[in-house]
Amino acid sequence: MKLNFEVDGDDFLLAGEASSQVKKVLKQLGVASDIIRRIAIAMYEAEINMVLHANGGMVDVDISPEKIYIVFQDTGPGIEDIELAMQEGYSTASDKIRELGFGAGMGLPNMKRYSDDLKITSELGKGTKVEIIVYLNREGD
Amino acid sequence: MIEYLHSVTLQEDKCVGCTDCIKRCPTEAIRVRHGKAKIIDERCIDCGLCIKVCRNRAKKAMTDKLDCLSEYKYKVAIPAPTLYAQFKDIYDVNVILTGLKQLGFDEVFEVSRAAEIVTEESKKLLKSSNLKKPVISSACPVIIRLIQIRFPELIEHILPVISPMEVAARIVKNDLIKRGIDEKDIGVFFISPCAAKATNARNPIGIEKSHVDKVLSIKEVYKKLAGTLKRLDKIENLRTSSYDGIRWAMSGGEGKGLEIDNFIAVDGIENVIKVLEEVENGKLVNVDFIEGLACTGGCLGGPLTVENSFVAKNKLKKVLKNTLEEKAGDCANLHTEDITLFWNKEVLSKPVMSLDEDMNIAIKKMEELERIYEQLPQIDCGSCGAPNCWALAEDIVRNNANIEDCIFMLRKKVREMAEDMVALAQKIPASLNNKDF
Ligand SMILES: Nc1ncnc2c1ncn2[C@@H]1O[C@H](COP(=O)(O)OP(=O)(O)OP(=O)(O)O)[C@@H](O)[C@H]1O
Ligand code: SF4
Ligand SMILES: [Mg+2]
Repeated sequence: MKLNFEVDGDDFLLAGEASSQVKKVLKQLGVASDIIRRIAIAMYEAEINMVLHANGGMVDVDISPEKIYIVFQDTGPGIEDIELAMQEGYSTASDKIRELGFGAGMGLPNMKRYSDDLKITSELGKGTKVEIIVYLNREGD
Repeated sequence: MIEYLHSVTLQEDKCVGCTDCIKRCPTEAIRVRHGKAKIIDERCIDCGLCIKVCRNRAKKAMTDKLDCLSEYKYKVAIPAPTLYAQFKDIYDVNVILTGLKQLGFDEVFEVSRAAEIVTEESKKLLKSSNLKKPVISSACPVIIRLIQIRFPELIEHILPVISPMEVAARIVKNDLIKRGIDEKDIGVFFISPCAAKATNARNPIGIEKSHVDKVLSIKEVYKKLAGTLKRLDKIENLRTSSYDGIRWAMSGGEGKGLEIDNFIAVDGIENVIKVLEEVENGKLVNVDFIEGLACTGGCLGGPLTVENSFVAKNKLKKVLKNTLEEKAGDCANLHTEDITLFWNKEVLSKPVMSLDEDMNIAIKKMEELERIYEQLPQIDCGSCGAPNCWALAEDIVRNNANIEDCIFMLRKKVREMAEDMVALAQKIPASLNNKDF
């Protein structure tokens, strides 16, 4: 089944809507709670990144009994050096954003840690696409 | 035997079938059917919000009556500290405990004293253990049940100590049995602000069996006690608890006693849900402890209290000030060494929200649910008896409702049928002559 969300770039305080909604659906589907938690964390980080660094975007979620596949697509500034961005502690967040408690440079590393597969494609000035896969059956771990 | 799941019940004759309670229920456990509210048993976590919001007082909690005292030879009252904040101009705990005894109890033992013991054990556990951070308090049974239903992945964060109520009951029974009283003659009565604890006394979480025999609501006791308090001639020195234990009645009380700075105290179930969502999103890993209480202001705002939460807080502060001035009585002779203070039964998740055990079928149902939801007006009016349009769609998929329960869908159907009838009426059977009609 498929779910789509539009993530507003205006208000980071509202970010987390999509991951909240997906969590609710996964619980109703009876997905194991530790897996839901991994998805929740990875999704939340990706969603926040889209709001903080790319002024919002689209989230497409595809759920099957085997896996959940999530695509975050934005038309923001893009990431220049993905390998660098993936490093723990790397962040380009402004002081203002840091004051609000973001910008530890842990979002992408956490997304990698909690997902089974993470793929980032980005073009400067065009946007960023983040794809996350989490397998739902434990054997797939 | 049917499992005893909750204490909150409906008094049908008082219910007018409005939507106040269905809209506020944090687990979407109430529907209106045939003009009356109906609680979905396995979803109810006894938060008591519906008791508080019902304008007709149609919701109440199943608790025991003072008459039950006659069922036991030896009766002990274990009052929650919230009781101390209910009375006008009485801030001396000894007065309240003396009055309580005069209602027919042989002894009283304070739950706030047990809370102090729980605090000591919790401190050790927090220091030594490898519990997942943030550790979540187990003091409020509503929050534990909320976690079982809505946040199962957080179960391993819960501090696995038994509640002060249970510790108090165990201490009392242990002591009386040692003094040669037959266990079956002992009745331990919890004086409760809380509907969920009434459920826990019958069907506890984390342990096999509760040592609490009966639960009396503060409301039930108040009526008699308020009068008795005015007529006391000799005040007994019964208080054994102090500031740290009594303050458990209010939000932040447990957390402050733990002597850790890095904790969050959150009260009101809707606020607790927001904080748990953050834990779920991995945002609060740097916090050591979360004290979440379902009621506004903590147990002082419990559904079975008399005084409102905010006034009660003011009163409890006066009680606390009093306890600082007078030393608590000793109860060192009560042995707690042989009492287990920890959970010994696994706390399991309760997947009551899941659409089907088989995920393939659950996904099919979810797709159907979405399809139905798209047709609905999505204004969450509640007229269908479900709290919102999504919940109605869910009920339809579970075969517990029809799409015509939505008044807008019903109207649409009626209109379509009327149009069909008009169209049909205009059709003329071939055997008849046009002019005849
Ligand atoms: N969608 C995006 N568009 C543009 N740049 C991005 C995007 N996502 C991440 N980045 C860049 O990658 C950096 C690292 O991201 P990461 O999520 O790891 O840390 P952060 O968002 O800066 O801080 P934290 O997630 O700990 O609050 C960001 O600072 C930003 O420069
Ligand atoms: S806050 Fe206290 S009274 Fe309210 S539900 Fe929790 S334990 Fe019971
Ligand atoms: Mg980030």
